[in-house]
Amino acid sequence: MVESLLAVAVDSGVSSPLLVDFPYGRGAVWNIVYVSLYVSLIAVALSSLFGLTVAMLVGFNDFPGRSFVIALINTGMGFPSVVVGLVVLFAVSSEGPLGQIGFTLVFTREAMILSQFVLAAPVITGISLAAVIDVDDGVRDAAYAMGGTRLDVALTTVRQARYGIITGILAGLGRAISEVGSVLIVGGNIEGQTRTLTTAIQLEARQGRFEFALILGAILVALVLLINGLLLKVGGGRV
Amino acid sequence: MDRRRFLTLTGGSVATALAGCLGSDDTNESEPTAEILGETLTLTTTTSTYDTGLLSEVNDAFEKRFGAAVDTVAQGTGAALETGRRGDSDIVMVHARRLEDDFIGEGYGVNRRDLMFNDFIVVGPDDDPAGIDGMDEVTDAFTAIADTEAVFISRGDNSGTHAKELDIWEAVDIDPGGEWYRETGSGMGEVLNQAQLEGGAYALSDRATFISQRSELDELDICVEGPIEDGPELLSNPYGIVAVNPGVHDHVNYDLAIAYIGFVTSRQGEEIIESYTAAGEQLFFPEAIAENPNFQQYVPEDWVPDS
Repeated sequence: MVESLLAVAVDSGVSSPLLVDFPYGRGAVWNIVYVSLYVSLIAVALSSLFGLTVAMLVGFNDFPGRSFVIALINTGMGFPSVVVGLVVLFAVSSEGPLGQIGFTLVFTREAMILSQFVLAAPVITGISLAAVIDVDDGVRDAAYAMGGTRLDVALTTVRQARYGIITGILAGLGRAISEVGSVLIVGGNIEGQTRTLTTAIQLEARQGRFEFALILGAILVALVLLINGLLLKVGGGRV
Repeated sequence: MDRRRFLTLTGGSVATALAGCLGSDDTNESEPTAEILGETLTLTTTTSTYDTGLLSEVNDAFEKRFGAAVDTVAQGTGAALETGRRGDSDIVMVHARRLEDDFIGEGYGVNRRDLMFNDFIVVGPDDDPAGIDGMDEVTDAFTAIADTEAVFISRGDNSGTHAKELDIWEAVDIDPGGEWYRETGSGMGEVLNQAQLEGGAYALSDRATFISQRSELDELDICVEGPIEDGPELLSNPYGIVAVNPGVHDHVNYDLAIAYIGFVTSRQGEEIIESYTAAGEQLFFPEAIAENPNFQQYVPEDWVPDS
């Protein structure tokens, strides 16, 4: 089994077929991969926008309660995903605040994006913030001195802090795409709709089909590896 | 599910959607397609109906006949009913009459039907340390397990199977606890896996899940049979289906839920359930159709009219 697992892990990046017959068709596997990527990439993109903005605001400005905000962000990195799932479920449930105003979000991908956003945003914010704060004041002073606008200064800082920021985004992605607790609760693991790699793994394991569960796990690892490689390349080198 | 949201935005409630359906039929005669085409029914159910594969069979046939998709969310009976209580599902298919009665009694469910049954069995390791193999009474078996403190793995998840297990412990007046009694809080398949990985342990299982997973469970044997194999009536496992009350949650897709109930309790539904097998064995026995219907299926078991 180990050999076939390795073969699949290596193959899944290429277009070679899976070596093991899944209990459901190939199309279903691709759909699971698609849902996983769709949910986690959107969640991470939104989290990155949010996280970078907050990291800049908190990193560059001094204001009363700043250290409290930082403590809050750092605490958010440790939110248990099941608890986040429950809170999001109550928010999107037809009885909850979002349901009351007419959104039907429960058991949808949008609800899963929301819960992964809550999970990933603190991680991305926290790590980016640390990177931004770490940028030598001299760099920013120099940017000012050379006549840069606030935007130029911010861009210079981001460039200096980019390795830390990319690490933050990758950590956020890792947290989002690999968690099972919250997407299972708010998504419901509906076949073809809200079934992700992690909830499919959980389902396979529940039914004692450990081999398929492990193969899906290998696909997940290969995907994360691939995304890591791409992002690091875009980000311009080693971290 | 996008379709659902689309519906919510355009239609709002089932009533409005229905009205829209009638309206569009007048104006759009060139397309004789029904409005329920493309609608989605959300069904919460137990892991046993889902993991055995029965539901995908039933739902495919329903989809073919009505053109409406079924989103199935597999939870325990307790969680499935709770989702219905919040109005997040349109219909609930579960197997714990006591919990279903609470659900109906509180007004959350209407139009309950008996659907099908199978039975519970007690499975255990080959070497049978508690010596319960072949016992006629499940109560004796449970007493023996507790007396010998043989490892027993409990669902512990407020599911239908867990509710049944607690009923049996109550019947023998034992409050299980200690090293040997493991409350796992997980699904039926996981409990069976755990019993298997344990090198064999006792557990109460529904027959369907055990049969459909049997090929992975070589350490386990059936020790006490249920009523299907002439075991005690206490181990019967009836499944019911209930629509969520549109009077409490006016956004639920009630008409489609009733269509689904109608479908699974029809001759065609009966045939699908009857002919569904795993490892050559029939898993579920339909009981919806009867010449003399059991009126008690529509109301909580202890319900009496006011007047």
